[in-house]
Amino acid sequence: MLNIAKIKNGIVIDHIKAGQGLRIFNWLGLGKAPYTVAFVVNAESKRMGRKDIIKIDNEITIDFAILGLIDPNITVNIIENEQITEKIRLKLPERVENILICKNPRCITATERYAPHIFHLVDPEQGLYRCEYCDEQRSTEDFR
Amino acid sequence: MLKGKHLVDPQDLHLDELDQLCRLAEQIQKNQSQYRDLCRGQILATLFFEPSTRTRLSFEAAMLRLGGSCLGFAEPSSSSVAKGESLADTIRTVAAYADMIVMRNPKEGAALLASRYSSVPVVNAGDGGHHHPTQTLTDLLTIRQLRGTTEGLTVGFCGDLRFGRTVHSLTETLARYKNNKMVFISPPELKIPDYIKTGALAKNRIEYRETDRLEAVMGDLDVLYMTRVQRERFFNEEDYVRLKDFYILDNEKLKTAKKDLIILHPLPRVNEIAMEVDADPRAVYFAQAKYGMYVRMALIASLLGVASC
Repeated sequence: MLNIAKIKNGIVIDHIKAGQGLRIFNWLGLGKAPYTVAFVVNAESKRMGRKDIIKIDNEITIDFAILGLIDPNITVNIIENEQITEKIRLKLPERVENILICKNPRCITATERYAPHIFHLVDPEQGLYRCEYCDEQRSTEDFR
Repeated sequence: MLKGKHLVDPQDLHLDELDQLCRLAEQIQKNQSQYRDLCRGQILATLFFEPSTRTRLSFEAAMLRLGGSCLGFAEPSSSSVAKGESLADTIRTVAAYADMIVMRNPKEGAALLASRYSSVPVVNAGDGGHHHPTQTLTDLLTIRQLRGTTEGLTVGFCGDLRFGRTVHSLTETLARYKNNKMVFISPPELKIPDYIKTGALAKNRIEYRETDRLEAVMGDLDVLYMTRVQRERFFNEEDYVRLKDFYILDNEKLKTAKKDLIILHPLPRVNEIAMEVDADPRAVYFAQAKYGMYVRMALIASLLGVASC
């Protein structure tokens, strides 16, 4: 078993589906981080079999809506003085803006570029979202 | 109270507001002279980014009959849009001149976007293949007047159900009334969109079926809503040519229809209803066009806050 030192103050992004960790790592720009980051791939997990984990030894702001879209099963642990002070279970956000992009060429957002792409969650089980303007549906699978 | 509201999607109106508008339209129809100066001094802007005959003329006739005035354009080439102006800027400018904006645009969701930039009520007169709420008001008033109710009906929608905005709006609205059943008759390529099936139909537990054969369901229908296959919605001309005459309603097909069936069509008609059907008393599409003007008078007066029922 690989051991990684505890972090003092920061965030642990746990239960990432194996293989998705690099995407989150890159999205958070952690490759250029001036603080300690541990990125574990294919860690053993009782619940998931294999999982990825990211440990960030710094307090950073994360958009949980985007993180939820990438993988709603992720757990985020907030660490203060080496203790977990908060466990955040992600879920699909009810409304997302400029995260999912409408692909319908007939949608007003295709021509009026300043219009924000707004989607509303219609089916959490299937991860389906509906464009606020044209009602076109998009799946979170398209985003992942 | 409808004063100052936008009408983008038929769902913007509660059932009691739909009822109020229909009742006001009926009062206006019975007693037009009482309403002829109601909108004196008010201006209606009609912005048509896509061709229209009856919707635009119907709105303009409605405003003129209420004593108001109209300005606007009938095609985008005669406006600043041709110079590349954004919809947001066009709307903000026109809202400074007019008391209400009626807009048709080929893009889906255009009216919703416009409403976000307008300080005056915006009415969606058709946004691509998406919605056409004032046609729905017209259809509701027609059904209410000629069938006496908007509940407990079996309504058949036939033709282009994929891009037919009038179908989308009316389906979602009739789904909110009690005990209506729907039959969707279309070729496989032009089926009703999933968002309507998983949305309004599922939410209201509406019993519906889909078929490609009009003859097979004709005898079950209380209302038949025919639609045109719209050339302007196709990116591929070949698909349009293949599908345009898929359904042609004629006297032969009507032989199994109920005696009290009513046949609606948002117009314009091309080939989907043979002219011989016009003489059948069940064909009510021209009466429907007239109801459209009265219900638009009711809508204008209500959104401007000068009349209510």
